[in-house]
Amino acid sequence: MGRKTKIVLIIMSFLIFCVQSVLAAGHTPAKGEAFPNITLPVPEKASEMDYLGVTGKGSLMISQIKADLVILEIFSMYCPYCQKEAPNINELYNMIEKRPDIKDRIKIIGIGAGNTPFEVDVFRNQYNIQFPLFSDESFSVHKTVGEVRTPYFFVIKKNADGTNILVYSKVGSIQDPSQFLELIIKECDLK
Amino acid sequence: MLNTCKSFFLVISGILVALFFITNAFGASEQFKGKIYNPGMLKPVDSKTKLKAGMKAPDFTLPSVTGEKVSLSQFRGKNNVVISFVPAAWTPVCSDQWPGYNIARNIFEKNNAVLIGITVDNIPTLYAWTKEMGELWFPVLSDFWPHGAVAKKYGVLRSNGITERALFVVDKKGVIRYIDVHDINKRPGLEILVKELEKLEK
Repeated sequence: MGRKTKIVLIIMSFLIFCVQSVLAAGHTPAKGEAFPNITLPVPEKASEMDYLGVTGKGSLMISQIKADLVILEIFSMYCPYCQKEAPNINELYNMIEKRPDIKDRIKIIGIGAGNTPFEVDVFRNQYNIQFPLFSDESFSVHKTVGEVRTPYFFVIKKNADGTNILVYSKVGSIQDPSQFLELIIKECDLK
Repeated sequence: MLNTCKSFFLVISGILVALFFITNAFGASEQFKGKIYNPGMLKPVDSKTKLKAGMKAPDFTLPSVTGEKVSLSQFRGKNNVVISFVPAAWTPVCSDQWPGYNIARNIFEKNNAVLIGITVDNIPTLYAWTKEMGELWFPVLSDFWPHGAVAKKYGVLRSNGITERALFVVDKKGVIRYIDVHDINKRPGLEILVKELEKLEK
């Protein structure tokens, strides 16, 4: 193989690597678009497994969560805005859990972008968070959803055929939790 | 024709490489939206410290954002100390490292450790920047004048006048027990620091 050919091959490989990274970064789903069926580890805590309606070990896809709607928050333990927002999301969680009509239909999960399991635990303990939080240490979920700023909220409606549709999304605070809840119930036509 | 192909290839390559670097950005808080200056990827480490674990930590006195002066020696015999140098205010990574420590206060307290944050920025800049982080429980000190004198003593002043992203764990006796001069582009993981704190006498 000639030297020139070798150089061209090296350059081509690097470009293919770049293309892959760009594609892997994904785009941020918009309202009405399909939401990627991301994979998460099944939580270890029995209470969290119960909450999500999953059993066993291994991995879990959003479509497997037993709910009609999943509110997914991308956060980071290191993000001051996410810290400020944490009590607000706890309030939203409590509000949902207190309503028998929606309790089993709306679930909340949090994904710690770039956070190790230890760092996610610090966040969970600091704010006494009851809903499941997952570590996304390698930013893989964060990349799949287009590297959004934090906190970022996706409200995902699950279809009967196993696909997911994004019905609402928001960067930053959800503001008033009760208004937010009413808004997403309306947006999803959840009756 | 061949030249047109070549230029086309070059332009496409350029775009792809640029996209590669843009999409490799890290998580950023909405809190700092539009306020962060991104210096891009920097040389991971640009200084060499002569300090080693087991040596006495050089003493210093610096002004803090809240007005008082803080000396390392004031904690001698009382507390373990974590000194966190971060490169500069209003830059990525730095802007979320301290907010993380801010919610880990009980971990520091459990290990009888105080945290001291230091940058070479001046007080007004540090004041505005740390305000964005919310109430910080630990002192933030300015090593602005004489510029980077303490950072220099610790061997973590880079050639362009900012500091490394460095952690020094100093025990109650004033002895350095752990040094992490980290890759400036990355945030040091919290658990490594916690493990080092847990090794110390409380």
